[in-house]
Amino acid sequence: MEIKFEHLQSAHCENGVTRSLLRNIGIHQITEPLAFGIGSGLFFVYLPFLKINNGPVIAFRTLPGQIFKRTCAALGIEVVRKKFSSKENAQQFLDECLDAGHPVGCQVGVYYLPYFPKEYRFHFNAHNLIVYGKENDKYLISDPVMENAVTLNSYELERVRFAKGKLAPRGQIYYPKAGAVVTVDQIKKAIMMGIKKNVHSMLHIPLPIVGIRGIRYTGNKIKNWRDKLGIKQAGLYLAQLVRMQEEIGTGGGGFRYIYGAFLQEAYCYHPIDELMKISKIFTNAGDLWRTAAVQAAGIYKGRIGSQEDFNMMGDYLIEIAEIERQAFVALSKINWT
Amino acid sequence: MKKEDVPQDQSSLGKITKEVCYATDNSGKYVTELSKGWDIKITALDVAWQDIEERVNTARQKVLNGEASPLLFFMERGLMDIGILARYTGFWKWQIKRHLRPDIFRALPDKKLQRYADVFNVPVDDLKNMTENGDQI
Repeated sequence: MEIKFEHLQSAHCENGVTRSLLRNIGIHQITEPLAFGIGSGLFFVYLPFLKINNGPVIAFRTLPGQIFKRTCAALGIEVVRKKFSSKENAQQFLDECLDAGHPVGCQVGVYYLPYFPKEYRFHFNAHNLIVYGKENDKYLISDPVMENAVTLNSYELERVRFAKGKLAPRGQIYYPKAGAVVTVDQIKKAIMMGIKKNVHSMLHIPLPIVGIRGIRYTGNKIKNWRDKLGIKQAGLYLAQLVRMQEEIGTGGGGFRYIYGAFLQEAYCYHPIDELMKISKIFTNAGDLWRTAAVQAAGIYKGRIGSQEDFNMMGDYLIEIAEIERQAFVALSKINWT
Repeated sequence: MKKEDVPQDQSSLGKITKEVCYATDNSGKYVTELSKGWDIKITALDVAWQDIEERVNTARQKVLNGEASPLLFFMERGLMDIGILARYTGFWKWQIKRHLRPDIFRALPDKKLQRYADVFNVPVDDLKNMTENGDQI
């Protein structure tokens, strides 16, 4: 049984799942950047006490699941979402959804995902993919980071849906209910609300490790990493920073470029010149994140590694924090009328 | 990032799928471009794997020296920490910490060892002796 479904590749898994599931219920206007922006996806948080792969968590985007949830909520689309304690029930529910003609989003872990290269398979549980059909024991999978659709047998799918550890998916399934109609006015409002929420999460959460403050804080911490951790461990932490920034489908520059693309698309709905200008600021921020990554690579490759080099690395982040602060302040001052 | 600056360094992922990047064209408009990979990312991943390899080697040596049970070796090789292993096996973290001691590990009944063996996808004998299909690893 196969549902009519078109596989689309995207930079990031959750954006891609959101876009494809919405298209499937007839809502074609929501592109990847729109999903990301309406879902207030841009973020920064540094969690030194939460370790993944023996390094600190440094996230450039909001919590998993939020983009889909917020985008659907902003557009007035009802969502079905379920978690399971029993593997049998999880599969049964999935099969019922497919029988009823709903492709569904699934949260999965990547460690046991057979079509990923081995080098990329860590215990990371916040990946998202779409199941859109079943042929005998094979599930048809649209994984947004892959160029082509793939398949998993029921055992493989069960294993990734019930991966364990932090952010364990617990068989989580979600899909938007069909029947909603999205108007231009709704999208305009959703864009505005999405930006306002993102301004809040980057500027106004009163925690030192979050948003703009978090970037600055991390920059200052990095300057101490050489003395505190030793050059080797510090290099590993920097490699982790670069991987979180570039590797996991961020579209480059820690999602800053996608956000720049979002603001350009927002301009088509709200012709306010400021949006185009601020889009450029995010392009600059993304570029500087990548320059910082090159500096980090110099350190973890062992080509450079003096205290001076660490200071420069930290200063890049402090500079980025200032650029992004200005961008979000400018966004907060937009007169939407 | 300009469209023509999107890096095209061959990565192991690039052989299976290219990645979507967002970049600007000549007029400054955002477009998507496929990337085969980026040298900076490739080395970041290499560094992470070198570290894993070292951790596995250290663990192997500790087991050979009698400082840890073979569990440590299989745990490191599976990129796990005690927390993840606890979730997969259903043991408590404090139990796993005890099982990491060679003397306590040796006294474990096969039923408990089987739970570890299932997670690591190895036969119990291999788990006990830190072998792979009976051969030294």
